[in-house]
Amino acid sequence: MGLVDFFKKIEPDKKKSPVLHTFYDAVYTFALAPDSTTGPKGTQIKDGMDLKRLMVHVVIAMQLCYLFGTYNIGHQHFTAAGQYLGFIEGFHLKLAHGLILMLPIFIVTHIVGLGIEIIFAAKKGHAVEEGFLVSGALIPLIMPPDIPLWILAVAVAFAVILGKEAFGGTGMNIWNVALLARVFIFFAYPTTISGDTVWVSGFDGLAAETTASYGWAHDMFNTIFGWLGLDGFNAANTMVVDGYTGATPLALAYQGGWEGATAVYSPSQMFWGTIPGSIGETSKPLILIGALFLIITKIASWRIMLSMLIGGVVGAMVLNGWGATPFMEVPWYYQFWMGSFFFAMAFMATDPVTAASTNTGKWWYGFLIGFIGMIIRVINPAYPEGWMLAILFMNTFAPLIDHYVLQSNISKRLKRA
Amino acid sequence: MKPLHSSFKITVALLFSSQLSFAAADSSPNYLLYSLIGVGTIALIYAIISLADNMMQIEAKNQGADTSENDYSIFPSFSSLFKPKAGDHVDPKRLVSLKQGHDIKLVGGANAEHTIANTAKHYAIKPTNFRGMAPIPKISAAAGDHVNAGDALMFDKSNPDVIYAAPVSGEVIEIKRGAKRAITEVIIKADKDVTFKENSVPNLESTSREDLVKFLLETGGWAHLNQRPFDVIPSQEVTPKNIFVSTFATGPNAPDLNAIVSGNEAVFQKGLDALSKLTDGQVYLGLDGRKGHTSHAAYSGATGVVSNYFAGKHPSGNVGIQIHHTAPINTGDVVWTLRVQDVIIIGRLFMTGAYDTRTKVALTGAEVNNGYVETYLGASVAELIGPNLKNEHVRVISGDVLSGEPIPQDGYLNQKTSQITVLAEGDNHELFGWLLPLKPRPSVSPTFPTYIMSNHEFEVDTNTHGEKRAFVVTGAYEKVLPMDIYPQHLMKAILANDFENMEGLGILELSEEDLALCEFICPSKSPIQSILRDGLDTMRDQM
Repeated sequence: MGLVDFFKKIEPDKKKSPVLHTFYDAVYTFALAPDSTTGPKGTQIKDGMDLKRLMVHVVIAMQLCYLFGTYNIGHQHFTAAGQYLGFIEGFHLKLAHGLILMLPIFIVTHIVGLGIEIIFAAKKGHAVEEGFLVSGALIPLIMPPDIPLWILAVAVAFAVILGKEAFGGTGMNIWNVALLARVFIFFAYPTTISGDTVWVSGFDGLAAETTASYGWAHDMFNTIFGWLGLDGFNAANTMVVDGYTGATPLALAYQGGWEGATAVYSPSQMFWGTIPGSIGETSKPLILIGALFLIITKIASWRIMLSMLIGGVVGAMVLNGWGATPFMEVPWYYQFWMGSFFFAMAFMATDPVTAASTNTGKWWYGFLIGFIGMIIRVINPAYPEGWMLAILFMNTFAPLIDHYVLQSNISKRLKRA
Repeated sequence: MKPLHSSFKITVALLFSSQLSFAAADSSPNYLLYSLIGVGTIALIYAIISLADNMMQIEAKNQGADTSENDYSIFPSFSSLFKPKAGDHVDPKRLVSLKQGHDIKLVGGANAEHTIANTAKHYAIKPTNFRGMAPIPKISAAAGDHVNAGDALMFDKSNPDVIYAAPVSGEVIEIKRGAKRAITEVIIKADKDVTFKENSVPNLESTSREDLVKFLLETGGWAHLNQRPFDVIPSQEVTPKNIFVSTFATGPNAPDLNAIVSGNEAVFQKGLDALSKLTDGQVYLGLDGRKGHTSHAAYSGATGVVSNYFAGKHPSGNVGIQIHHTAPINTGDVVWTLRVQDVIIIGRLFMTGAYDTRTKVALTGAEVNNGYVETYLGASVAELIGPNLKNEHVRVISGDVLSGEPIPQDGYLNQKTSQITVLAEGDNHELFGWLLPLKPRPSVSPTFPTYIMSNHEFEVDTNTHGEKRAFVVTGAYEKVLPMDIYPQHLMKAILANDFENMEGLGILELSEEDLALCEFICPSKSPIQSILRDGLDTMRDQM
């Protein structure tokens, strides 16, 4: 085992540099599964599943969203400029533009989030916990592509320090860490994450004739594309076309109902996700593949997903019946064509730490998220989408739901006596 | 309940149809509309049929028809689709089907036909095996003394009436002490032919309960009783509400209790007869109801007892699970549980007066030659398995891999065990082992490809496959515990020292072996059995 020897050789001193040692330990246990054996008490063998494997499978489930989301950043950019309108036209440019925006978001999220985790782990003297694997993978997917990186860094720091480490780390937090990061930006820097203009990248505002603002990274890609004889980025040629608003289907539907939304985007566009929005939440089929993967591998709770879907359907039907605004009259099944319902369902509501922890509780928890989220989406003009707030709201009440489930178990036992 | 159910279905169908008209108002009819109409029609037809079906069942019930065999429904009931299959030998009226659980299939099961000669010459009794005893017992035999099997070796200082008897006859050669001078082992070098202390056998019919208790206390049989809650040696002052015996074991490579009872049918029944004199309630037998298994005639034909069949995966053979589904332990209740082996030893006492601890022990695990060896309690492991070991770097476990205890290779078997498991140690690193393990490993998670091969036998080692973390996953523990208990919340109540919730959430119904699977599957690698024991100990101190 040359690798083990190598790791042993580079091991930093634990007392002198605890942070460095914690980082080393995280890398070491990531690369090499630990050689620890079961103790004198308890089971003598252990299941092959551990938190690393569990969390990484959630990250695997998101990979299609990552691929599509990255590409869609570029696709929306060029759609705003009226260029390369076919989805795979200008493939290299769209992918390059997507990567230029996506990579910094991903890297900043992880450096800030993991950095804080490592410092806290070193302070507390335990190993780095795996929770941020998932949070760190989720946060980039729920950000607008043009999010200023310093705001992202502040939001991640806020979510990890106040949302998680203050409560004791992975497994102890009350609120979903990724959503806390988003809700922080939503309330602290609302202009960067709401409105019509933030979902399309590469332009300073979406007024007509605005030219694209490219940076050194685009120039670098231009050089590479030049060698290959491909089209390059051309800022002077790339301007927002007249009449383009960048509004998401939800914003359109809020004004003009389903007709308002379909006037700009076709239902199939909304379904496949070639629309503006947060980076990873637009493509419904790819999210559903991820959700299916999580259900088949029994990592996420199908109860929460199903009950949230039922809650959303019931909520939308009730609003259909009310029908006071154009948005309320959007047929209930089309509500799921727009917005990030499925993303919230598959990856956000199912976080086991912040969801209700009893099976009965999960049914209530999911149902109420679906129901409340639909109400927030349709009725409240200030919040364009309801799931973030509905999930955080129900995160708060999940312990209460569990409390009642447990009390019924306790009183059943008392009655029996 | 059932008519309500169908009216709900109709409501759903109506809801669907109201939405259909709404969808039809939409300008362009599309495939969504057609599929909704299809679903709605099917739901409506299903609702009508199931309404008629329910009415038929109600009618059958009113007529007093026997619904145990056939419930007069055209649909299989939802739960029966997922129920574990019971064997044909099972009386369905006495069957408890348990859905939750998990069978861990490991290489190295023992075959009852393969017997191994008993090569053990040294035997020991370990005070630490008897929970509820004062920490340092009083030793009544000195090194060098010769004892007969059944002679008192030690007694409990806090309850001197309970004696702990020598499992074999021979010379006491050593009294081993451990930390704080606590006695760890009293070792006997066995005679070639075991001689027994002679006890006068009481007549079961005419002897009072007090005298039977006295007989058990004096002969060493008392130490074979186990009290729930807490899993301790019972107090002779308390009469148990019921007595429970499980007659099958479902743990990993568990010994075949049918093989253990064969040849001991009469003493087993004698033991049951004696036990039924000791309780005001019933003696309950848990019989093997699983498909592909049978229950020995000594079990299914036992008289003077109430027997129930249990079908399901591990831990359906655990007595704690069976108690939960027959006569659950409530606050203040005291019940006794005995293993089949203990019933046999007590039966022999009442049959012949001899404290004869002969029992079959299964040698299991991939690192030892598998088979059964007939020996006495507390046999020396080195002498028993020495010639059968396949490897040096192994762990010897007295018991199974879930709730057994590792013992040194020169140690002695624990009192309440009929199984030795020998596993390879897993103290090696594996490159990205958590993601892409080289060797298949047992797991309840479908993320492992072996999940679909339900009959695959795994070769395991003692690696933890991960580090300890806080509780993260929810709902997984309930899937392997066939009881109406929330293990994770109970653990949290124990860690918080919250007595009220500990009791309310059912700690008194549990013993370590019942939660062993929860500990095995825990992705956070929490020491669930230790936490439970801490909780039980604090509860016991409170009482």
